[in-house]
Amino acid sequence: MHTEALQHIRPGDWLTLLLGSIFVVLLTLKLWGGDLADKAIIRSGGKIFREVPLSRNQQIEVPGPLGVSVISIQNRKARIASDPSPRQYCVRQGWLQQSGEIALCLPNQVSVELTGSKKKYDTLNY
Amino acid sequence: MTPSIIKLDTTAEDHHIARMAAVALGLTVLENAIPSPLPGVKPGLANIVTLIVLARYGWRVAAWVSLLRVLAGSLLFGNFLSPGFFLSLSGAMLSLLMLAFAQHLPKRWFGPVSHSIYAAFAHISGQMLVVYLWLIPHAGIAYLIPIFATAALLFGTVNGLIAARFMDNANALNSKPIENPI
Repeated sequence: MHTEALQHIRPGDWLTLLLGSIFVVLLTLKLWGGDLADKAIIRSGGKIFREVPLSRNQQIEVPGPLGVSVISIQNRKARIASDPSPRQYCVRQGWLQQSGEIALCLPNQVSVELTGSKKKYDTLNY
Repeated sequence: MTPSIIKLDTTAEDHHIARMAAVALGLTVLENAIPSPLPGVKPGLANIVTLIVLARYGWRVAAWVSLLRVLAGSLLFGNFLSPGFFLSLSGAMLSLLMLAFAQHLPKRWFGPVSHSIYAAFAHISGQMLVVYLWLIPHAGIAYLIPIFATAALLFGTVNGLIAARFMDNANALNSKPIENPI
């Protein structure tokens, strides 16, 4: 029975099966790896301003010494939508999605850091 | 009152396509009787017919059979123009698109099993696209993708094997293509 089923698989089909399996494994590792962040920590002036889950889309206004920074959370991603800092580095960084990513607006002393279930090593943490 | 008769001119090919689509429809009905652990994880037995038709009569006939099956199936189950119908349609259309390319793979090396696996992945991609762009526009559905991809690989392989085995049997019985395989 088994050999009978195998004779219908041509050499290229084995290649397809192999590629398909690799594709599924990579997808699973990428999507279930736990690297996607589920919480954003917003700091202002070095103190935690708010901790928000990424599951709800929202806009948060954070006051700083130069003015108000706007942080938007959408589709499990977070970014600094606007900021009064002169060079706009944190705004230009764009969307943060992975756990451990962080955007800093130093002039306005506002930062957003994403965390997941486990904290990944990076030089900011150690 | 005189009875009016509307007569459509149909060719032998039309009848043939209709018969094949009816077989595919039968498999769809059969499949709906099988309980599924997760909505969307289905074996897609009707695609066996699409694969056989593709190998025997080419892509155009396969496209007719597949799309007719989606349309007639939706009328049968009463979900025409509902989200479920568009999920089937997007899956079928992307599968056909993929098969249009996959059918040109060298026949010596690639058989129905490859066609089936590629079509299954295309099918699930089409469905996830509709789910994400229209039904659930939330990145959270990404967590379900590995389940669907695993099911696509598994059922794609099984359907391909069934199609290959069926064609081998039919070829052994009869060297010329048979009119009505079931």
